[in-house]
Amino acid sequence: MSILVNKNTKVIVQGITGRSGRFHTEQCAAYGTQIVAGAVPGRGGTDVNGIPVFDTVEEGVAATGADTSLIFVPARFNAADSVMEAAAAGVSLIVCISEHIPVLDMVKAKAYLKTGNFDNPFIIPNGPPRLIGPNCPGIITPGECKIGVMPEFAYTPGNVGIVSRSGTLTYEAAYQLKRLGIGQSTCVGIGGDPVIGTNFVDVLRRFEADDDTHAVVLIGEIGGTAEERAAEFVKDNMTKPVVGFIAGQTAPPGKRMGHAGAIISGGQGTAADKIKALKDAGIAVADSLATIGETVAAVLT
Amino acid sequence: MNIHEYQAKQILESYGVNTLRSKVAETPEEAGAVVEELNFDRCVVKAQIHAGGRGKGGGIKLANSPAEAKQHAETLIGMQLVTPQTGPEGKRVRKVLIVEAAEIEKEYYLAILLDRETSQLTLIGSEEGGVNIEEVAAETPEKIIKAQIDPAFGLTEFQARQFAYKLITDTVYRPIIPNATALILSLYDAFTGCDCSLVEINPLAIVKRGDDLDIVALDSKVNLDDNSLWRHPDIAEMRDPYEEDPSELGASESGLSYIRLDGDIGCMVNGAGLAMATMDIIKQSGGEPANFLDVGGGASVEAVSHAFRLILADENVKAVLVNIFGGIMKCDTIANGIVEAAKEVDLNVPLVVRLEGTNVELGKQIIAESDLDVQLAAGLSEAARLAVTAADLA
Repeated sequence: MSILVNKNTKVIVQGITGRSGRFHTEQCAAYGTQIVAGAVPGRGGTDVNGIPVFDTVEEGVAATGADTSLIFVPARFNAADSVMEAAAAGVSLIVCISEHIPVLDMVKAKAYLKTGNFDNPFIIPNGPPRLIGPNCPGIITPGECKIGVMPEFAYTPGNVGIVSRSGTLTYEAAYQLKRLGIGQSTCVGIGGDPVIGTNFVDVLRRFEADDDTHAVVLIGEIGGTAEERAAEFVKDNMTKPVVGFIAGQTAPPGKRMGHAGAIISGGQGTAADKIKALKDAGIAVADSLATIGETVAAVLT
Repeated sequence: MNIHEYQAKQILESYGVNTLRSKVAETPEEAGAVVEELNFDRCVVKAQIHAGGRGKGGGIKLANSPAEAKQHAETLIGMQLVTPQTGPEGKRVRKVLIVEAAEIEKEYYLAILLDRETSQLTLIGSEEGGVNIEEVAAETPEKIIKAQIDPAFGLTEFQARQFAYKLITDTVYRPIIPNATALILSLYDAFTGCDCSLVEINPLAIVKRGDDLDIVALDSKVNLDDNSLWRHPDIAEMRDPYEEDPSELGASESGLSYIRLDGDIGCMVNGAGLAMATMDIIKQSGGEPANFLDVGGGASVEAVSHAFRLILADENVKAVLVNIFGGIMKCDTIANGIVEAAKEVDLNVPLVVRLEGTNVELGKQIIAESDLDVQLAAGLSEAARLAVTAADLA
């Protein structure tokens, strides 16, 4: 088992004809992911390596039964609008890789996804879909499917779940585990932006409920309070061991460290606060990037 | 992106936010002319720098005559203003804002910002105006009032009015509520219209004009969402290059993410999270990182050369640590890039490289066989140790 995605997941790719979209679609398909359609306005009726392309997500979903959308649409082509289009077409999971999306656009798109809660069947026929990202590497269930841009060699099937705000740190952590002979159930990159669809708690809740996940690695960074909320959740609701790591202990306040969401503002969001919150919740915090793997190995024995 | 107070004021005024009359000046002569032109009896001369705490640093001065205003402008323009937020070196003042002086009755705090927990914009206010709002929030949280704004409907008039009543509780000021409501609505329009990431009025003040009361934004701070600047070219032009580190600006223009720090170990990493974690491990190994630098997932030769140049332009750098996790872009490709770029920029400080990922052995071989003077690290901890030792020896 796994969370959110598996070998049965059927994916439609928005922005499949772009350079990045085309490349990563090939990689995902080669990994075994069922890529059933692409959607690009004006390209309906064509195909990319045999994958049929539709003008709208709605048509693509209707024709192929895709249940998940993978978005590579660049921010300037209104990627946030693509998120809403996917939601309206009725997919249950949206994975948005696109970076640099204006914050206010995401505020609006995220609100749009919630309209399913308001019993509006015209907008979202199958209830509110889950958004992962934006500005994230995607999600992978090793050995079954990869929906994103992560390097697959870093992963191997197993029983540790990983959830992270950072792409490369996820690869690093997964690869450290792999070399110690520890595989992963599912790895979710939730993204580095201030407004994201899925937070740590959403993923932790699923890992806790997944029989095949025996331990979880949570990789956070400076900015916001998502790690603090995750710590509260772990303390109150999780029975499985959790290993934490927080990047940005040496980050100066007031500066955005690459990710739009990685900023210490008004004294809030420091690594020290987050590490303390994790430790207070009984989470084993890896002191250094180099020791994430061995910390997991220690909690599993 | 940050902008100056005078620019923030221009933006807010264009959306109808009530402010005091003012004009910016770049020389003492201009300052004197402004006071005469606007016919101010008394005015405040405010240093324009991108940092708060200007009052505490002596950057805000009251003038009772045009001559005095000119004098203050003379003192301020060209000075290195040190405030609690600038660091000990301070910031050079290049412009002053001359604002008419007002008779202040009462000061408040008002801001709109993104609440990351709810993913909605939030209106924040306090009757404790003109002070550090973080301290108010920490010590007397009951004095902070908030209202969440549903993006589907925007800030509604009733919400703004309700907020105004909660903010301005003294019944003496009741007549000002409609003006306060209008100001709050205009502030929201400015925020959404310009893709702001923060709009802060501190203080928002009730002032006396003769026998009448008025409510005005006395000091304002506006931050813009960098990801939206492309659709606001007029605002993008407000960027003041003097206020930013030129190397950071140059980096962002070429798609690199670079932030200069005080240490002596330059680092080049692919990925923002990995870059932060690399800085941390340098510190844990007893060193000090000279910068944050994310060359992007691809780490192309162009990006790596540019990154080397950025790092080496910093005179404090005594050693460079390259930490690359080769994924989609394989280690051998990246290794070739590092070798080529290091030659191109004529690297003259010790270089430590840690490579991991696809084709890592091939990548290491390429680096080992090059005539570069480079130390290949077996792992992360070793890489940090080697870099710290190299910097200590230099």
